[in-house]
Amino acid sequence: MKVTEKDVAYVADLGNLELTAEERTRMVLDLNSILGHIDSLNELDTTNVPPMAQVSDRYGVDQSKQGSERFAYASREDIHEGLRKSLPHDVALENAPDSDGTFFKVPKVIER
Amino acid sequence: MNLDLLTIDAARSAVQERKTSAAALAESFYAKIESDDPKIGAFLTLSKERAMAKAAEIDALAAKGEKLPPLGGVPVAIKDVMVTKGVRTTAGSKILGNYVPPYDCTAVARLEADGAVVLGKLNCDEFAMGSSNENSAWKPVHNPRDLTRVPGGSSGGSAAAVAADMAVATLGSDTGGSIRQPASFCGVVGTMPTYGRVSRYGLIAFASSLDHIGPLTKTVKDAAIVLRTIAGRDPMDSTSADIPVPDYVAELERPVRGLKIGVAKEYLGEGLDKEIRSAIEAAIQKLARQGCEIVDVSLPHTKYAIPAYYIVATAEASSNLARFDGVRYGYRAKDAHTLSEMYRRSRDQAFGAEVKRRIMLGTYALSAGYYDAYYLKAQKVRTLLTRDFEDAFKKVDAIVAPVSPTAAFKLGEKVDDPLAMYLADIYTVTADLAGIPGISVPCGQTKEKLPIGLQILARHFDESTMLRVAQASEKAA
Repeated sequence: MKVTEKDVAYVADLGNLELTAEERTRMVLDLNSILGHIDSLNELDTTNVPPMAQVSDRYGVDQSKQGSERFAYASREDIHEGLRKSLPHDVALENAPDSDGTFFKVPKVIER
Repeated sequence: MNLDLLTIDAARSAVQERKTSAAALAESFYAKIESDDPKIGAFLTLSKERAMAKAAEIDALAAKGEKLPPLGGVPVAIKDVMVTKGVRTTAGSKILGNYVPPYDCTAVARLEADGAVVLGKLNCDEFAMGSSNENSAWKPVHNPRDLTRVPGGSSGGSAAAVAADMAVATLGSDTGGSIRQPASFCGVVGTMPTYGRVSRYGLIAFASSLDHIGPLTKTVKDAAIVLRTIAGRDPMDSTSADIPVPDYVAELERPVRGLKIGVAKEYLGEGLDKEIRSAIEAAIQKLARQGCEIVDVSLPHTKYAIPAYYIVATAEASSNLARFDGVRYGYRAKDAHTLSEMYRRSRDQAFGAEVKRRIMLGTYALSAGYYDAYYLKAQKVRTLLTRDFEDAFKKVDAIVAPVSPTAAFKLGEKVDDPLAMYLADIYTVTADLAGIPGISVPCGQTKEKLPIGLQILARHFDESTMLRVAQASEKAA
């Protein structure tokens, strides 16, 4: 087994999930099964292959331009001409589970 | 008015010529939804007020004898991963169960600006993660062609609504096949445009470098009409391309004679159902008879597409879904005493099993010590998969392939085996990774009368050729 109960607990912590004991047991099985399949990627020699994070820099841009110039079209008006209008305060708070009308309210932040 | 097989042009003309009104048309669709949707489960929320206001606007134009916009009075519906101002948007998740967005998704706004009447929001797998629509937190969707079977996913509601004539056209989203696969399962046309062709502003993010919005329609022509409306640069999405949008509808008139159509052996090999293979082969023969030249191509890295995809997609998802923390919107656990407890419990209580599985897999792949082995490796393989297509498209104008290895499967058949569910995405994920456009068009049915879809892939930003080949197949089918 590649992924242990301990790994699952650590990764759940990173992902801000608690998971029940039952969910953890199931997660160990599922992750091992999926990662077992994913290991086939190691059959490929990728030493000199550049990574690809997105497609926009390969296509849909003027290839004769260099670096950030290629994406100059993507700058928004607000960058040149001041702030774009944002959501009104009350609208931004409308979906808040808890608010005092000015701020989002949350439980105690500092734990001691 | 008979809603069966009602196309965009037929609906718009009927309203324009005042054979019906946009309001009456919307009412007939709502009546149809009320009578038929309880057994299908395609709709999550109806937006009647908004629909009737738009219908009234269109009817006023028609009454004055003014020319209606391309979608004037046409009833459409939207996958619940696209935000709609004032209309509840859940992404199929309990974590957004009460979320009422304060703004509109660009694609939805553009549909409405061109006259479309938005009937409501459509069921889908939670955060678009799934291939059967069984991961919806609310209810499963039943395939209108056979209610014991899944409609596909994740845009299952979008495909089912069109197949069951509960909307003339719908919008779906595709990250690994989520438009094309349900379209093939339900026997409708599902179009994924090139990455960057349609703005993602207002699409609740699953995997940002792979997410696409596109139409599900009854015909290829309808797909061209909707795509023409929603495509094009949007300053609100920096990845939306600054490339002129052709008139896809006019382009459909050009003949397919002389086009080179690629057939990749890797897409017709082991694991493909025999009936699907014969349907695809028959469709290829029909294209040949219309003057297309059929050329063998190879996409040698195909078998690595699923592992690369499930690393890239889940890594991006784990990052995107970090925003759901119970602070600014969405579900918040009631019993938490500290902030950290609140984050964890809110997410634990409101995310479903598949979403948690993908957050875990993505977080694992990005975690210290595993980043190079998994995430970086998958990104490199993504380059190889993209080069496969680049090489193939030096020889051909389009590639035809199956959409899914099987026709629609039974509800419950694969829910307990996530890996088996993932492997069924084999023919669709590569196009998402490479960013090329793909479409599923019906090309026959199995002995059990289940629809089969033919997939057509084309070069970046060449949806025109893809749609032309799709229409040629549609006419021959």
